[in-house]
Amino acid sequence: MTGEPLLPQAADAPGPRTAAPPPSLGRRMVRHYLSRVLFVVAMGLVLAFFALPMLWLVTAPFDADPSLTVGWPDWTLANFARIAENRYALGSLRNSLVLGLGTMALVLTLGSLAAYALSRVRIPGRDGLLYALLLLSSIVTGTAAMVPTFQLITQIGLINTQIGVILVLAGGVLPTVIFILKDFMDSIPKSYEESARLYGASPLQILTHVVVPTARPGLAFVAVWTVVQVWGNFLVPFLLLRTPESQPAAVLMYTFYTEGGQPDLRLLSAFSLVFSVPVIAMYFLVNRRYGFRFHGGIKS
Amino acid sequence: MSAIDAAAGPRLRRRGRRADDVAGLGRVRAGVFVAPALALIGLFLVFPAVWTIYLGMTNYRLTGLAAANPEFVGLDNFASALTDDAFWHSLWLTLIFVLVSGVIGQTLLGFSIAWALRHVRGWAKSVIETLVLAAWVVPASVASFLWLALLDRRTGTLNALLGTEGTAWLIEYPMVSIIVFNVWVGTAFSMLLFSSALAAVPPSQMESARMVGAGSWQQLRDVVLPNIRGHILTNTLLITLWTFNTFTPYLLTAGGPRDESSILAVYIYTTAIPGGQLGMGAAISLIMLGINLVIALGYLRVARAASGGSK
Amino acid sequence: MAVITTTALVKEYPGGVRGVDGVDVTIADGEFFALLGPSGCGKTTLLRSIAGLESITEGALQIGDRDVTDLEPGERGVAMVFQDYALFPHMDVADNIAYPLKIKRVGKGPRRQTATEVGDGLSLDGLMQRRPAQLSGGQQQRVALARAVATRPEVLLLDEPLSNLDARLRLEARTFLKELQRELGVTTVFVTHDQAEALALADRIAVMKAGRLQQVGTPREVFSRPVNTFVAGFIGSTPMNLVESETADGAVRVAGAPVPLPAGAQGRVGDGAKVVWGARPEYLKWSTTPVEGGIEAEVSVIENLGASVLVSAHRGETRLQLVLDEDDEPAPGDRGWVLPTPRRSLLFDSETTDLIG
Repeated sequence: MTGEPLLPQAADAPGPRTAAPPPSLGRRMVRHYLSRVLFVVAMGLVLAFFALPMLWLVTAPFDADPSLTVGWPDWTLANFARIAENRYALGSLRNSLVLGLGTMALVLTLGSLAAYALSRVRIPGRDGLLYALLLLSSIVTGTAAMVPTFQLITQIGLINTQIGVILVLAGGVLPTVIFILKDFMDSIPKSYEESARLYGASPLQILTHVVVPTARPGLAFVAVWTVVQVWGNFLVPFLLLRTPESQPAAVLMYTFYTEGGQPDLRLLSAFSLVFSVPVIAMYFLVNRRYGFRFHGGIKS
Repeated sequence: MSAIDAAAGPRLRRRGRRADDVAGLGRVRAGVFVAPALALIGLFLVFPAVWTIYLGMTNYRLTGLAAANPEFVGLDNFASALTDDAFWHSLWLTLIFVLVSGVIGQTLLGFSIAWALRHVRGWAKSVIETLVLAAWVVPASVASFLWLALLDRRTGTLNALLGTEGTAWLIEYPMVSIIVFNVWVGTAFSMLLFSSALAAVPPSQMESARMVGAGSWQQLRDVVLPNIRGHILTNTLLITLWTFNTFTPYLLTAGGPRDESSILAVYIYTTAIPGGQLGMGAAISLIMLGINLVIALGYLRVARAASGGSK
Repeated sequence: MAVITTTALVKEYPGGVRGVDGVDVTIADGEFFALLGPSGCGKTTLLRSIAGLESITEGALQIGDRDVTDLEPGERGVAMVFQDYALFPHMDVADNIAYPLKIKRVGKGPRRQTATEVGDGLSLDGLMQRRPAQLSGGQQQRVALARAVATRPEVLLLDEPLSNLDARLRLEARTFLKELQRELGVTTVFVTHDQAEALALADRIAVMKAGRLQQVGTPREVFSRPVNTFVAGFIGSTPMNLVESETADGAVRVAGAPVPLPAGAQGRVGDGAKVVWGARPEYLKWSTTPVEGGIEAEVSVIENLGASVLVSAHRGETRLQLVLDEDDEPAPGDRGWVLPTPRRSLLFDSETTDLIG
């Protein structure tokens, strides 16, 4: 070194630190504590805002005589017996399950086949097609297309059937599913498949031996995501299923509190909890195991 | 086999018949793989959208004479929708709803939570995140009943807490109610998106900003926001589309009282199904599809401009 | 019994880019053959064309006595070890090794047995129940090799087999690979961008550039008699000195200093020809006293190579590099004479870059 400072101007230029005298220690402490307090208060408010409506869901089901007001419950599990007593309650949960699993199976099968082909073969116009589909699925929502959907399903005689609901729901989520799965499959090294191919594996063998097992996190994610979507979906089954025997929990639950007289809060609270727990559990499972992948953490 | 012919010297051949992709799938088989999914999407997603265009031009009704023999009425439905005060009122309500609950409420709250919790570890963070996420995940029917219970006029918890017994929030303040409700339901998405975005901001950039003496606000403005611009854009688009199309407020207020919270999705439903005017409903649906398209395309434009025209 | 013959082989990508542009090469049975070149030279494309992972646009490919040009990869009797090994993460080592046999519908019992035998041969016993993620890089490579040889392929292809190993392990793996290849006697083609690896492993090397073969020869041939300046510059751990020069009075004027014509070029070039004079740093000597045919220069930089030093000396704008024994190390700023060995020097045509002698 020559002893010359490398950046002579940095040494004598008045920096921001020297220009303004630092606040005194006392004032800094006050400011520090004030901001801590503000921070805690703000977080407390956020917490209260999100917790308050939730409280009812965790207290009322266990209260022997639940009201709409949140209070310390008079502990009992008897409310859950009401679910079994209701004519439609258990059936509606089964319907939700049928819709969820049916849609999942359909979407997973068709989605992984399509995503795989799109991921590995340069079909002309592939990227355009994918984006068009994704765009379409985000603009053609159940809401905007409810009239023709209702008509179409009526015309092909699937009104009041689970299959009709499954088809409509599957059509709605498939573009997103294909997009997510293609993303997962794109990230599988091509050498896996090439190596299987060198040993003579057929495309279907490659798919089942190599691609599906390696894409398992993606498939699991999509499966859970689909079930959660369908489980909570209100509009499509509300539109297409008109008899209480065929309705899933999301629709039946709505009739519990809108149709006629005083709602049965014992049934309603217990049912809400039983209906909510599976999706909450699934979401947290996915979150814990795979974290949220952001093209995928989409819940519309 | 063809050893002789190979040994016969160089041959000139052009081929295209063997699959040239990693899986040896080939275009035909790839097509077969893609076809079922496309068929399903075509039938239950694309077709209804296209069919909306036709339906919108008929006087199709759910019941009565026009149910059996719908007549083609051209653009009459659009004309009457666009001259109907109820439609404009509904569109206005939707705009307020989207702006306040979606773009401002969910995005700001979601970002603030993510920002506030970015350095917090331990139970406080998990509790808040879990609650926010739970509100998002709970089925819409349950969420809306929870709010019906909270806001109930006589025995609702909110009235009990505030000492405002007898206030019928859903009737006196229907728009405020569904806006607050929608913020409660949807904030989780923005929170999750922004916390992953914030985690991806290079720490070295934050540190360089700190080294030159930037405060929290300056770091936010000069380092964080430019870094997460893409996420903000994605978040805004999705939130806008979802809020614009959500039907869940129907479960709270059913559009009432007197259409005071009848956002577009609810308006279409009440026009088409209980109101029985399927053709009219389709026409409004088409307008809604158009608006969706404009939002999505507008987003794509901004996104492309933001990424400097590169793909 | 598998000779590989390519005849005017061309791989053209959509858009007209030729990855492989008319390659004719015959690889002998049991030979250990290297495809060497800088990235993008088409060596990997050629390897993948042999494997069948790339379809061949023009020309023919023969393995053994079969024309395999249009066969699916699985029908060619080739096995390949990928650069990233491509071990299936959801299968344990035994299942990975046995996978090719599973595809060939070998029963579960014999499959296990073969996997165990092959695994033992590659000292993988004790690791058979592990997942690839639980193995070290060297172990992963041996699993990939085991899987490749489990079906007794006629041809073994290796894509950058050593590039994923860290430097120290690489030497060990290199020796191991050569032993294994000798033992199996299988025709082996491997791709590398590392000339030292190619020189060390291969029986013969094909140097490629821009989809074309530049030279095919034994390591010694490629090293000592490169056919053009590209090969000359590419081979060798320190690049060959290549100086634009001119012939005059039966000598080469290297940066103005007369240097004797290289032995091989004598009689093949007249006076006044534009040439490139080439000499490997290892074949240059340093003298502190004036020498006939020496090039006077000034030492600018010295880089320590351990037992030797790499000396950069300048004569005007021209830089010459020499590898000297540690005992002969000069100091920066020293003046002296660079002394070429005519027997080890080369002359290239300045225009065509081809070797004159």
